[in-house]
Amino acid sequence: MTLAEVNLVDTPTELTELRDVDPGTLDRLQARLSAEAEDARLLDLAYTTTDSPVGPLLLAATERGLVRIAFAVQDHDRVLAELAEQISPRILRAPRRLDQAVRELEEYFDGRRHDFDLPVDLGAAKTFRRTVQRLLPSIAYGQTVSYTELATRAGNAKAVRAVGSACATNPLPVVVPCHRVLRSDGSLGGYAGGLDAKRTLLTLESRVTT
Amino acid sequence: MMTTPPFDDLVRAHGARVWRVCRAVLGPADADDAWSETFLAALRAYPDLPADADHAAWLATIGYRKAVDAYRARTRRATPTEVAPDEHVSTLGQPGAADDELAGAVAALPDKQRLAVTLHYLADLPYAQVAVELGGTPEAARRAASDGIRRLRTRLAKPATTRSGALP
Repeated sequence: MTLAEVNLVDTPTELTELRDVDPGTLDRLQARLSAEAEDARLLDLAYTTTDSPVGPLLLAATERGLVRIAFAVQDHDRVLAELAEQISPRILRAPRRLDQAVRELEEYFDGRRHDFDLPVDLGAAKTFRRTVQRLLPSIAYGQTVSYTELATRAGNAKAVRAVGSACATNPLPVVVPCHRVLRSDGSLGGYAGGLDAKRTLLTLESRVTT
Repeated sequence: MMTTPPFDDLVRAHGARVWRVCRAVLGPADADDAWSETFLAALRAYPDLPADADHAAWLATIGYRKAVDAYRARTRRATPTEVAPDEHVSTLGQPGAADDELAGAVAALPDKQRLAVTLHYLADLPYAQVAVELGGTPEAARRAASDGIRRLRTRLAKPATTRSGALP
């Protein structure tokens, strides 16, 4: 479905005035709908996008907190479709719920913020993957650890591969700092946002601390 | 496998369609409220909607019903004495007056004609789908729409003094 709607019918001239729709009207209506949906507690997922040094970021939050951050290379439309499947299709663009997250990300990219102070919604699952993801914020700003070290901290020194996949599936990159996990030889390993994004984040953090 | 897309996709794809329907029945001033009620009601029901539902027809139909309900409520409030819809005072020079007048004429159509004209010419639904809402055959829906257009033409041609912007 494209934004520009095709006029499928040959409209009588009397009605052409009633076909014009000002895009500003739709923006206004959309904003009002988001606010009313929030008030009526029908907004299961609010999302917005924000620009950053690692490209446009998609942010999505439930009523409990931030649930997803995605890079452009992950395809924002695809990510929203996944969220519709996994959490709820009641999704609207509603920047208000993401105001604090956007502000903290701006501060982080400016080098003024080292820790995020945001409600996050990582779900209730007690899997090894979630254990690893909950450990990631304990790696301090500007520091790095190896996948092996993180496996040890998570209580299973042999689960290096599982640690790698926990980092790869981190739903909240940047805020939950999986970019601070490297290979034992110091090479970058992988990153959902691409290795350039990982390098950008590590450079940002090293520049400000030294 | 059919999946349920984010509701946001529906707002982007069908927001204009629903607004045209609401404005045609209510005029621009009251169309906002009906649009908003339409999408809130749809958002509420959305998780239970069958995955193969036709979103355009679903939303246009909710929008049409909400608009007609609001129009009837407004008419009840506004007319202690009976006033024919085409005798309303001149809206010359008011912002949105042309829209209002045209919408007034659409609103004043008999139910079946108004439904067929709105859903076909403004919501772009094919006659087969208009017929589902109207009851009857697609051919009957087509006739109702063309009767409606003919009636609109006559009505709009008559009171030249209320046509927008025309100087005496």
